[in-house]
Amino acid sequence: MTEISGAAMLPDGLVAVVKRDCETCVTVSPVLEALAKTAELTVFTQDDATFPVDADWVIDDTDLSVSWHNDIETVPTLIRVNDGVEVERIVGWSVDQWRTFTGDGSLGEGLPEFRPGCGSLSVDPTIAPGLAIAFGGTSLTARRVEFASLEDDLEAMYDRGWTDGLPVVPPTEERVMRMLEGTTREAGDIVTIVPPNLHEVTVEKVAINAVMAGCKPEYFPVVLAALEAVCTDEFNMHGVLATTMAVGPVFVVNGPIRKELAMNSGINALGHGTRANATIPRAVQLIVRNVGGGYPGGVDRSTQGNPSKLGLMIAEDEEGSPWTSYSEDRGFDAGVSTVTAFCSEGPHTIVDQISRTPESLAKSLAASLLSSNSPRMVMGMDAMLVLSPEHIARFADAGWTKARFREELDSLLAVEADTIIRGADGIEEGMPEAFAGHTLPKFRPGGLQIVHAGGPAGLFSSILSGWLTGEMGSVPVTREITA
Amino acid sequence: MTTVLDPTSEAKPADREKTTRPESLAGLTVGLLDIKKPRGDVFLDHIEGRLTALGAKVNRYAKPTFAKPAPVDLRHEIAASCDAVIEALAD
Repeated sequence: MTEISGAAMLPDGLVAVVKRDCETCVTVSPVLEALAKTAELTVFTQDDATFPVDADWVIDDTDLSVSWHNDIETVPTLIRVNDGVEVERIVGWSVDQWRTFTGDGSLGEGLPEFRPGCGSLSVDPTIAPGLAIAFGGTSLTARRVEFASLEDDLEAMYDRGWTDGLPVVPPTEERVMRMLEGTTREAGDIVTIVPPNLHEVTVEKVAINAVMAGCKPEYFPVVLAALEAVCTDEFNMHGVLATTMAVGPVFVVNGPIRKELAMNSGINALGHGTRANATIPRAVQLIVRNVGGGYPGGVDRSTQGNPSKLGLMIAEDEEGSPWTSYSEDRGFDAGVSTVTAFCSEGPHTIVDQISRTPESLAKSLAASLLSSNSPRMVMGMDAMLVLSPEHIARFADAGWTKARFREELDSLLAVEADTIIRGADGIEEGMPEAFAGHTLPKFRPGGLQIVHAGGPAGLFSSILSGWLTGEMGSVPVTREITA
Repeated sequence: MTTVLDPTSEAKPADREKTTRPESLAGLTVGLLDIKKPRGDVFLDHIEGRLTALGAKVNRYAKPTFAKPAPVDLRHEIAASCDAVIEALAD
């Protein structure tokens, strides 16, 4: 066995790349031995320097440098090299292909006609990012921060103000490289401009924060789309931060991506316990903090805040819903994955365990919705109603469509202004005098967002009260999720 | 030693910034931490007099032994009750 170091250059003649932990390579090993006798053959072996045999034409590639530099994706790969330049290659095992390639018409007698081969170790997802750093250098441009040898990594990140109060995952180059494999976008591309300090953020910078939040690479496209949604004039992230009200971005995910990422739409749909639901919105909030400079007590002036500012992402239960999905209501096709950002307080439970008719339940829900933000205020703020399976069934069983439900709610959510005018019932808060004598809708047209999520049992739904809506405040923003 | 990628806008230096120095010690509480080297108390008595003359309130603390880092509780107590701290490294 001979060693050559770090070479991208292949020797002339035939070159095979193999590993012992591959059935096809084992099958092909007598062929390689035969070829070594009749042709100029060099075998690079990825996992065992004595495979297929301990010989001078078998070269150790356990550091995978030859495999990596030559883009080996499958083993066995057979390459023809002339004057140091690759001329052609074949992958896997096919009697016909190998005979044509080598010109040896009797090669592989008695072997199966075809075997597809195995994945090269150099493209193993757990190994490839390290190889890219070791051999390829790196295209990542973020400033490197070295922690002192006696510094605890997690404490070091707290000390630098990088966390939301919970521990974060150290964003090492290898982890960030792995995160970047979750998207087709280039690391250096600008994603958006992050309020409040209006710094440009690159795909790489988003990936760093996604690593810290605990995201997996496959979540990354959702992080990118969610970030784009909040960094729009319509969503108004700067205002959402700066307000003294207890609001932050809450996200709703629709479409096939929910299943692909094993997001939770059921028990605890608005709660904790599921990685994708918890880490994706957290990543967005970390970017607003770390890149945008939106620190609590800085530009973030919320008087009391709310726990969903750590990150709340709701995956709608579309399969269990008798109605159109939230994203369909917002103009997207059912098969399209989307994320919507909605500016909101945390969820507030509506209890109704007695209503069995749709009429009764609609009235009951409306009574709670009338108190959203304040029973004395109308039209200025949106709300999201998250209906549970048992509640939505009361309407579906009676044949109510979503349109019918909205229609009934609209009439139940009409308020006589005189009852909530400033000073009415001895309460100084209320609508200005100018509205006296009018009937007012609780929400602007389209201001009530309706989503379905929750576990199978429990006659509870939730309200997520919004903030100033329209051009003065924040409106929901939906983005399609693409790779 | 771990090397990580900076998650921020990089508008600020990567090194941790020092706490802003107070412009005056008048009215502030200054902790004096005796690390328990011999005659550290003599030195700190002198410093206490000087600080008090500047209008500072002085709290005195001592580590159980100079050979080990200050206990966590002591560090927390100092951090919670003082605006500034002087650690005497006299020998």
